[in-house]
Amino acid sequence: MILETTHTALAVLFPETETEDFQSEAVDTEAAEEEKKGPKKVAEPRKNGIILRDYAVHGYHLDVQLDPSQLLEAVAIIDSLDYFIESITGVDWIKEEQMEVIYDFSRYDFDLCRVVLRTRTPRAAPSLPSITSIYAGANWHERETHDFFGIKFEGHPHLIPLLLPEDADFHPLLKDFKA
Amino acid sequence: MSVPVRLQPDETFVLNVGPQHPATHGVLRVKMEMDGEYIVNAETVIGYIHRMHEKMGELKTYPQYYMNLSRMDYLGALGYCHGHVLLIEKACGIEVPERAEYIRAITVELNRIASHLFWFGAFVMDLGGFSPLMYALQDREHILDILERITGSRLTYSYYRFGGLYNDVDEEFVESTRKFVPRMRKSLKKYRGLVTGNIIFKKRLEGNAPLSRETCRKYGATSAVARGSGINYDVRKNEPYSVYPEFDFDIPVYTEGDSMARYKVRMEEMEQSLRIIEQGLDKLPDGPIMPKKAPKIIKPPVGDYYQAVETARGNFGIRLVSDGTKNPYRLKLRSPTYSNMHLFDESCRGLLIMDALAFMGSIDLVIPEIDR
Repeated sequence: MILETTHTALAVLFPETETEDFQSEAVDTEAAEEEKKGPKKVAEPRKNGIILRDYAVHGYHLDVQLDPSQLLEAVAIIDSLDYFIESITGVDWIKEEQMEVIYDFSRYDFDLCRVVLRTRTPRAAPSLPSITSIYAGANWHERETHDFFGIKFEGHPHLIPLLLPEDADFHPLLKDFKA
Repeated sequence: MSVPVRLQPDETFVLNVGPQHPATHGVLRVKMEMDGEYIVNAETVIGYIHRMHEKMGELKTYPQYYMNLSRMDYLGALGYCHGHVLLIEKACGIEVPERAEYIRAITVELNRIASHLFWFGAFVMDLGGFSPLMYALQDREHILDILERITGSRLTYSYYRFGGLYNDVDEEFVESTRKFVPRMRKSLKKYRGLVTGNIIFKKRLEGNAPLSRETCRKYGATSAVARGSGINYDVRKNEPYSVYPEFDFDIPVYTEGDSMARYKVRMEEMEQSLRIIEQGLDKLPDGPIMPKKAPKIIKPPVGDYYQAVETARGNFGIRLVSDGTKNPYRLKLRSPTYSNMHLFDESCRGLLIMDALAFMGSIDLVIPEIDR
């Protein structure tokens, strides 16, 4: 089962946190409760670690939050497990003054497992390592994320506007963007 | 007095293909560094018709934004709409009546055939054969007529609703679709004789731009690009959604990885879609097409949701980050051709320019869908 294999492989990145027993199926009840309370209460910032998500609700299985320094290591593990890259995108959390970058991976297989890697970077100077050295296909996705959010991907070979005009100096998906 | 033009033996030059060029099927530009007729390096430039669909997603409410999805891909709009409604239904927990799901599957498959037919005609025209396009458009016209009757439009269908459909189908739809299926089978047989078996066509495509499984994986290629390279991946089978598990159909896979393999995969996909349509019509249950308790205001609970569907061009993914309000906090569209086209730069190196254009045609490009 690839879900268990991936979970075990990625758990190496989080030695301190007690990852709950896999069989216990402690699917995100905690997170779900938190969601029910709604946006009125400010939720605690999520700690780095792996959460098993309910596929029927969220559409993916493993939700991994990482420190930017662990990103390349995690993507290398994903690569070694034969995943293909689906997309990279950003989310601007303006209230928390952070930018989140989300990496989606899936597999060409009937043993289904969708992995979501997320990592956060300060909004004032957003910068993350580029994963183009591992997944060549990340090139356009990272350029697009740079276009829309202004996140700098260190080590990207060609970080110029892709979808926006070549002289664009604005980032339209920022929440404080005014046209 | 004329002076002879002297060419340096190892000199390369830059050839600009597009943005307005018939072979790119839209406003796509490829900068090619050429050594004579051979491509040394290529860089694809996209974004000429970028419309910032994702920002519109944040500014509009869910039902308002739904119309945008059918403007993404003008040949296979229903597949994209399907992805969006499935995502919202999943996030809000809306139950969809069975009849609605069956009609969705039938119409998506009809749309897939229409899209593949257009690709088929345009692709063969890229290679210099004009008449197949006319045959293909004639067949496609029947599908457009069928869909126009029930959806109200011929191209940018916005037929689905959160929870069901805008309009029920009637006897005439069932009848005309049933008539269409044998007609299409006959046409596919004609195409096999006219095009697939054609010796010139075969010599052009066999061995053209072979892609390895590894290349597909690193770029995230899906659809016929992946299935032509021996990857048995189709979201309808690998990650079943809607009523697809109820249908008996096969996923054509070829291992050669060349343009001929990609061509054959799409041609066989049309046959499989016909099978799905036939079974769908046989099994079509009676009942309502909208749930009794469809919410009037769509407000998905806080969270992060993802939905993938198999459109005519491959794995289309849509991610929603909801903050519990009427507008999405973030809506990401993962378009399949974006990833499929990305591998062109690397894979066209060393090809003759004519072969590279054949390869480009075999990817099945729809530019508004890349640029979003």
